[in-house]
Amino acid sequence: MRKFLLASTALAFSAGMALADEVKMGVLLGFTGPIESITPFMADSAELAFQEINDSGMFLGGTTITPVRADSTCVDSSAAQAAAERLISSEGVVAIMGADCSGVTMAVLQNVAMSAGIPMISPSATSPAFTTTDSNGLFFRTSPSDARQGEVLAGIVMERGFDTVALTHTNNDYGAGFANAFAESFAAMGGTITITVPHEEARGDYSAEVGALASAGGDALVILGYVDGGGSVLRTAYELGAFEQFFMGDGMYGDELVAATGESLEGTIGTIPWAVGEGADAFQALAEAAGVNASSSYTRESYDAAALLALAAQAAGEATPAGIAANILRVANEPGEPILPGELAKGLQILADGGEINYIGATNVELVGPGEAAGSYREYVVEGGEYVTVQFH
Amino acid sequence: MEPLNALVSVANFMLVPALAYGSQLALGALGITLIYSILRFAHFAHGDTMALGTAAVIGGTWFLQAQGIGIQPLPTALLALPFGILVMIGYLLTVDRMVYRYYRRVKAKPMIFVMASLGVMFVTNGITRLFMGVGETRFEDGGRFLFTVREFREWTGLAEGLALRSAQALTIITALVVMMVLFWFLNRTRAGKSMRAYSDNEDLALLSGINPERVVMITWIITAILLVLAGTLYGLDKGFRPFNYFQLLLPMFAAAILGGLGSPIGAIVGAYVVAFAEMGITYAWRRVFTYLMPEGLEPTSMMQLLPVDYKFAVTFAILVIVLLFRPTGIFKGKVL
Repeated sequence: MRKFLLASTALAFSAGMALADEVKMGVLLGFTGPIESITPFMADSAELAFQEINDSGMFLGGTTITPVRADSTCVDSSAAQAAAERLISSEGVVAIMGADCSGVTMAVLQNVAMSAGIPMISPSATSPAFTTTDSNGLFFRTSPSDARQGEVLAGIVMERGFDTVALTHTNNDYGAGFANAFAESFAAMGGTITITVPHEEARGDYSAEVGALASAGGDALVILGYVDGGGSVLRTAYELGAFEQFFMGDGMYGDELVAATGESLEGTIGTIPWAVGEGADAFQALAEAAGVNASSSYTRESYDAAALLALAAQAAGEATPAGIAANILRVANEPGEPILPGELAKGLQILADGGEINYIGATNVELVGPGEAAGSYREYVVEGGEYVTVQFH
Repeated sequence: MEPLNALVSVANFMLVPALAYGSQLALGALGITLIYSILRFAHFAHGDTMALGTAAVIGGTWFLQAQGIGIQPLPTALLALPFGILVMIGYLLTVDRMVYRYYRRVKAKPMIFVMASLGVMFVTNGITRLFMGVGETRFEDGGRFLFTVREFREWTGLAEGLALRSAQALTIITALVVMMVLFWFLNRTRAGKSMRAYSDNEDLALLSGINPERVVMITWIITAILLVLAGTLYGLDKGFRPFNYFQLLLPMFAAAILGGLGSPIGAIVGAYVVAFAEMGITYAWRRVFTYLMPEGLEPTSMMQLLPVDYKFAVTFAILVIVLLFRPTGIFKGKVL
């Protein structure tokens, strides 16, 4: 008995020590599901930022951050909530980097994070709904809202001389929100949308959807969805000769799409949140040195989301949910010393000394209040199976 | 040229896909109707058994591709068909021995057979996912098109185009050949006649010396062939995803019941009716009518009876209406 007591005391003591030196942060992304092909790179990028913080040894007097991964599934809200619950109650994370797809992110935010008071920074939830949702200052994102992307994409379609288009979107929060934003901007620019057809993911056959789109007509087809469903619609539409020109949103971007659609994709034009400049280059170099695939989508946003969480904790002087939530805007925006990827140690030092920083990061981070980020988009065209940059918006 | 454009348009977006889809359903519904008439129960495991058979063919295809064996421009999967069929014959006969034979011996009610097949469905479903996962697998190779929309437009000079994919053509031709062989077998061979006799009157068939276990075995073998063909053709045309095969169960049963359970010709007719109804009712007819109507009278609405999302509702409605008003189906089959 005595031995047992001693042992358990020692165990409790060492656990207490570990707690003081270690803080956990959740990485909640869809490791299975429709975007499983891009999430590993996103998680790697986020963990790259945490690693950089740990290596510096300057985070809250030598505390280390342990990232804990959990699966949001991208589509299954109850699974995502269960994963978030586990992160918060059994892993004891102080903040969550995630989630990814808009639908599950909203579910996790409203049903789990807000009641637990845990801040979230999503790298990729782009639904316009987050701009207007009151999250008690707990939700932030490093990618801009689809309201802006809809506007940019509508402008690109117009500029290329297509003023009558058919529109199809994946049938969820992301697709519907994006489609609304696109339709509003496009109509305001004087364009006509002949029909809007939602499509489901994981169907065997999309000829009925394409038939309806073709019957309505239009000079081009705008597809706002994912590689799986959206890619199949694109291929079917091309093969049935319904449309020759396609426009697409960020959810479709990826090498899988090129593999799945082949020549049908040639000449397709699209948008994706992207950043250029010093920060993006610095991240590229950093990721290459660490062996992380940086050219995948939302890797920069993931790095920035993770870095912001750590910097906010440093600014608060304590790794607590409330402290992090209250300081995210302070470290993300002006005034202060600009901080690029790879300079996190410098940022931590300035904050420790009581100074101010303006985190630029890989994506020129500028948070417009909780739930909204300003950002830039890359316009690309597919030529010879490659995504070729046209310009930035 | 206007009516011609209308015809080409409707063929491209509706008739050709529906014909291919109908052929795939017909092969599946034939299996259901055969099992129903010989073994006297509704085979719920049909869709998932089809998926497992296709998985076996895909496995064979991968093996052949790795060996560099192919039959360009036809898909390699055709070469792997015999392998898939053999695997499925083995699987179905094993299942029959382990599950259904016991219930036949104790002369269980049909409903117990149906529930047993539901259990088989879940097990089969699990085995398929174990090997193939839940995602999509594309195993089509060889030439994808007989002719494309662009080629068709160049040849004919029409504004509308028509595409015919090799998988679609293959499906339609194979289905025709298989149906003819099946009818020849049922009507002309001794084994086929004994099957029909067993189906018409079990006691009389037994008295005249027909071995029931042999009839059952032949039925499973034919079912295996039909299943693997239907599944492989569907997979070549639309990609392989286990869940989609499970979903095929509803249209296949609707087809078999609509045609009259136990009637092979009914299963075929029923399958095409279901396929054309699904596609026709959810098709937006505006483009077609724009070509057909005189100028100034073009329709402004989409002319679509139901949104595309309601495709399965059409099948379900057909099933309900037939069961309510003509439970024997078009060709006077048995009542479920």
